[in-house]
Amino acid sequence: MNLIAQIEAEQIAALGKVIPDFKAGDTVRVGYKVTEGTRSRVQVYEGVVIARKGGATIAASFTVRKISFGEGVERVFPLYSTNIDAIEVVRRGRVRRAKLYYLRDRRGKSARIAEDSTYKAKAE
Amino acid sequence: MRSGVIAKKLGMTRLFMENGTQVPVTVLQMENLQVVAQRTAERDGYTAVQLGAGVAKAKRTTAAMRGHFAKAQVEPKRKIAEFRVSPANLIEVGAEITADHYLEGQFVDIAGTSNGKGFQGAMKRHNFGGLRASHGVSVSHRSHGSTGQCQDPGKVFKGKKMAGHMGAVRSTTQNLQVIRTDAVRGLLMIKGAVPGTKGGWVTIKDAVKKAAPAGLPLPAAIRSAAVAAVAAVEGGEA
Repeated sequence: MNLIAQIEAEQIAALGKVIPDFKAGDTVRVGYKVTEGTRSRVQVYEGVVIARKGGATIAASFTVRKISFGEGVERVFPLYSTNIDAIEVVRRGRVRRAKLYYLRDRRGKSARIAEDSTYKAKAE
Repeated sequence: MRSGVIAKKLGMTRLFMENGTQVPVTVLQMENLQVVAQRTAERDGYTAVQLGAGVAKAKRTTAAMRGHFAKAQVEPKRKIAEFRVSPANLIEVGAEITADHYLEGQFVDIAGTSNGKGFQGAMKRHNFGGLRASHGVSVSHRSHGSTGQCQDPGKVFKGKKMAGHMGAVRSTTQNLQVIRTDAVRGLLMIKGAVPGTKGGWVTIKDAVKKAAPAGLPLPAAIRSAAVAAVAAVEGGEA
């Protein structure tokens, strides 16, 4: 491991964030800290994960897509951001691709993702 | 004026801060950074310290440089640079400078050899605007246009900005902020980009355009013999 990767691994450990096991196709609920003036609260954003990027680096991110008032909305979250309060997996989806960009061209029935009923948590 | 340091660029990463912000940082490493020679006003007409960094194989070091390193009783160094200092801030030959030479939050100027871009046109090299996309322009949309006047002066002036080799020249970036230092591993984390490639050598000096913060180690942050012994023991165990 080169020194940069080592520094990143140390920082990930130091941040001590609990990242649940999730992948593209899963539906997640992300609690994101928002500061309005002096007050800070947690905003919840729920949608389908359509991409995970960055592997094991500190720069890893994931993209969550949802349909908000009939309009598709995508948000990219840095996986290790200190602004993320919690990530909760709501539903496990069964998909055959790592990046679900094809969902952008679909609406309604064809944009559904089958539930993965056989999901098994990875042994730690 | 105190000495600067020589460091090697390792690459970039990011830091997540407590307040939710992310800071892009360049990681620089100070490796076996020692004083190799002193320049004094009596002998050389100016005062400076010559620093050496990195590890060079003795058999690949020229005999002349081997003699120079032997005189200072230091291991052969890969990179050597001189830093002008005021006479009060001269450092002993053989002293090893550590990363807490810089304080977190202070500003520094960093010089290195910029990334080579090869032969580039006038648009990329000198930010020229190029020619129009239409209105009769053919084939030369990215050309530089006119290079001068007419029969008088009848020549292109020297120094005219044209296409040519770009990059791979010494470049200094001023007022970069030190975000974190790690004296044990000799690491400096600098906010933003630093000239040069990964693995390239850079020189770091206190920023000339910012006031120096209070509490800077003078003449330099030097690894004392006792600390060095402890580090060697820890290094042996790790």
